[in-house]
Amino acid sequence: MSAVGTNVKRKDGIGKATGRTKYADDVTFPGMIYGRTVRSTIAAGRITSVTHAYDAAGFTVVDHRDVPKGGRNLVALIVDDQPCLVEREVRHVAEPIVLLAHADREALEAAVVGIEYEGGPSLRSGRQAVFNPLESPTVLKEFTIEKGDLKRGFDSADMVVEGTYRTGHQEHVYIETNGVIAVPDNYGPLASLGVTGGLGMANANGVTVYGSIQCPFYVEKALKVMLGPNYTVRVVQTETGGGFGGKEEYPSMLACHATLLALKSGRPVKMIYDRVEDMLATTKRHPSYITHRTGLKKDGTIVAMDVDVVIDGGAYVTLSPVVLSRGGIHAAGPYRCDNTRIRARAMFTNTPPNGAFRGFGAPQTQFAMEVHMDRISSALGIDPVTLRERNALREGDSTATGQVLKSDCSALRVLQEAVRRSGFEDKRERYKGTKRGIGLALFYHGSGFTGSGELKLGSKAAVELTKTGVRLLVSSTEIGQGTRTMHAQIVADAMGIPYEDVEVAPIDTSIVPDSGPTVASRTCMVVGKILERACIELREKIGSMTPASYFKKHGPLRVEKTHVPPAWLTWDETLYRGDAYATYAWGCNVAEVEVDQDTYEVRPIKITAVSDIGRAIHPAMAKGQIEGGTGQGVGFGLIEQVVMKNGAMANSQLTNYTIPTTLDTPEMDIAILENPFSEGPFGAKGLGELPIDGPAPALVNAIRSIGLDVREVPATPELLLASKRSRQHAERHSDTLTYGASVGA
Amino acid sequence: MKFTLNGAAVDVQAHPMKRLLDVLREELNLTGTKEGCGEGECGACTVLVDGAPVCACLIPFAQTEGTSVTTIEGLGEDHPLQHAFMDEVGAQCGICTPGMILATIALGDNPSLAQIKEGLAGNLCRCTGYEAIYRAIAKANTGKKSGTRLGTLGVKNRRATDKRKPARPSGSKKRP
Repeated sequence: MSAVGTNVKRKDGIGKATGRTKYADDVTFPGMIYGRTVRSTIAAGRITSVTHAYDAAGFTVVDHRDVPKGGRNLVALIVDDQPCLVEREVRHVAEPIVLLAHADREALEAAVVGIEYEGGPSLRSGRQAVFNPLESPTVLKEFTIEKGDLKRGFDSADMVVEGTYRTGHQEHVYIETNGVIAVPDNYGPLASLGVTGGLGMANANGVTVYGSIQCPFYVEKALKVMLGPNYTVRVVQTETGGGFGGKEEYPSMLACHATLLALKSGRPVKMIYDRVEDMLATTKRHPSYITHRTGLKKDGTIVAMDVDVVIDGGAYVTLSPVVLSRGGIHAAGPYRCDNTRIRARAMFTNTPPNGAFRGFGAPQTQFAMEVHMDRISSALGIDPVTLRERNALREGDSTATGQVLKSDCSALRVLQEAVRRSGFEDKRERYKGTKRGIGLALFYHGSGFTGSGELKLGSKAAVELTKTGVRLLVSSTEIGQGTRTMHAQIVADAMGIPYEDVEVAPIDTSIVPDSGPTVASRTCMVVGKILERACIELREKIGSMTPASYFKKHGPLRVEKTHVPPAWLTWDETLYRGDAYATYAWGCNVAEVEVDQDTYEVRPIKITAVSDIGRAIHPAMAKGQIEGGTGQGVGFGLIEQVVMKNGAMANSQLTNYTIPTTLDTPEMDIAILENPFSEGPFGAKGLGELPIDGPAPALVNAIRSIGLDVREVPATPELLLASKRSRQHAERHSDTLTYGASVGA
Repeated sequence: MKFTLNGAAVDVQAHPMKRLLDVLREELNLTGTKEGCGEGECGACTVLVDGAPVCACLIPFAQTEGTSVTTIEGLGEDHPLQHAFMDEVGAQCGICTPGMILATIALGDNPSLAQIKEGLAGNLCRCTGYEAIYRAIAKANTGKKSGTRLGTLGVKNRRATDKRKPARPSGSKKRP
């Protein structure tokens, strides 16, 4: 009985539905106290004084001077520029400066810490705080992708269409906010209770961090760098109430803070952000400003693409270089063009760093591409489906980076199936002249780390025999998407044993190998494949015996394997040339909307989502990923608006920053196609991020079909009204152009 | 403060202005009630007070005196909605699930899709896009034994016969 491809019961058990499952805030330790972060209230300047105006009894106070000797005041990630605690120079609002801990939360909240600043130039930019990336003088990262001869391409064009497109910040709104508990190893009460805080009681210089975490080894690495060589570190993931990228890098910062308080106080310290702090201080999706200039033949064939991508990185490097890479590589969309240039830049600004969010740059750049495609469609008078069919990537075509696509390319299939299922052509005719609109978006998403990233990661996964079957060991976290279940299905079938006989090891860095971060749509395709290979070797070793009988006779046996990227994959990191991803998942969305003619509110009626994901290991969970990602995409496209004032989120509450409720979420028609990737486990490709690439451009194209020239998300009523007014204005002045872009020649 | 908690009469000493959410989680160790926003927007802390869904983060403990409070723990571990939410992947990360299930119970038997959408509009889920939640509720309703009422099943001693209009504490959820 095969487990892959069936809807087996989730390994989570019933606990999530009974309230028994423990999340970070549900965990307590004897003697535990609470931590709080005192943050900057200015966007750029220098700290001149810190005063503590409260009764110090019972308080633990930490600042940058408490970072141990041998350690570094740093949140280690890609570039060593972000301090764990500000020393003097403030670069954004809500930057952590001082940490307090106390047993009584009311006393903790009431404590007043006064911080004086001298305003003045930001060191990084050498001038006043900058909030607009287009005005920032400081480049965080830039690169150019070049293919063919751009000039020759434009010279051969019959027509050129240009336009600029924008996307805003997006907040993750995982329903469980960020939170961790740090427990010092030498904490007496725990030892007497038999609770081990870390790798061993003998080591007085150790810490264990429990928390809501996507990437436990990122946290472990950050703690080791911050603490230095004299400390041992262990990281344990508690059940995590959603991540979506928002718990990729920030938990490293939070874990460093809780650890400093725990080591200084000698007690377990819990730090759980409330919603306001979580929204104000942690990362968001990078805003983007993207300009397209496209050369076309009369029949719609694209002959030249010049794309300029700018994203707002915020005040520190964090993950922006990699977000920019993925965004830039996806910026030409799933289309073939012999002459392409993509220039991509991430800029420093004095806002909290923007970071990982499901899609990782690709939703922004593909929004621009797909709305631009509909503008091309109007300019040429070619319907949106035909235009895309003419240019969609096929097997044997090459992408902007020169990657030649194989038989796992499905752009045309998903497009044609979405058009058919949704009745696109018919509805487009029927909705003409009504308040209803229909639009589509074609998109793709690279699976796994970009380029040689997977090779450098060298992820490891293991399987071992147990008394009753097999246990799998990975650091890939369950954050709702079904990691445990999906991995167990792969192991069950690769071992030829029942799904029920597969156990999943707890996510504890002292137990599991580093299978890499739980990001980049890699957990099934990449980590699942390592598990499959480990199972094949384990199966060879035990021969015809069952795992249980082998274990009984010979004792423990464990096989650990390292990821091997496809042998044919080549990548030039400097030139951005080659095979950017081992494979791609493909999607097409059709969105139907109704626009209120008085309020300009957009009601999404229905989204048809067709996705090729190679193989659905667990069809119901795969469908859940697509529905959930589509729902987040609806929020991104229509309602989620981060209002920034003076470098800080002004609407950092769920009252003012709204995400889709049941009433805002359209009906969904989900279809999964399975065009296998030969080197994925059972043919699987990456899935998690794909679904969020399509809804925003499909919705905006639906709005555009009613005659509103929207080129930005979120497409709020205010934006629609502005575009209506600018259109009326334009018509009065016999000017076909809006937003300053030119359609022409 | 005397009230009925998950079917049992209790007398709990806590500050009357403490949030019901904190009393449940910290004094009574009922951590199945989750905090998502602290301002009544997300519904993760939904509990039933005299059968009505309310946000426990908005209710001062004093308001529970004399009422019947049901938390997710009061459903036990074998309620059809609990199984249906897990089996239909109506729960992904699970943090909204206890509140979502309790809000569903307040809808009674065989709610229409429109009733479900309206009734759950105060409970945010960021993982599922809600579709699997609708499937779970439909499955629990079709899968239950004939004659049993989903809305009350598993909720012990709920005052189902009490005709008094449920007190609408200040934390009562807004209806769209």
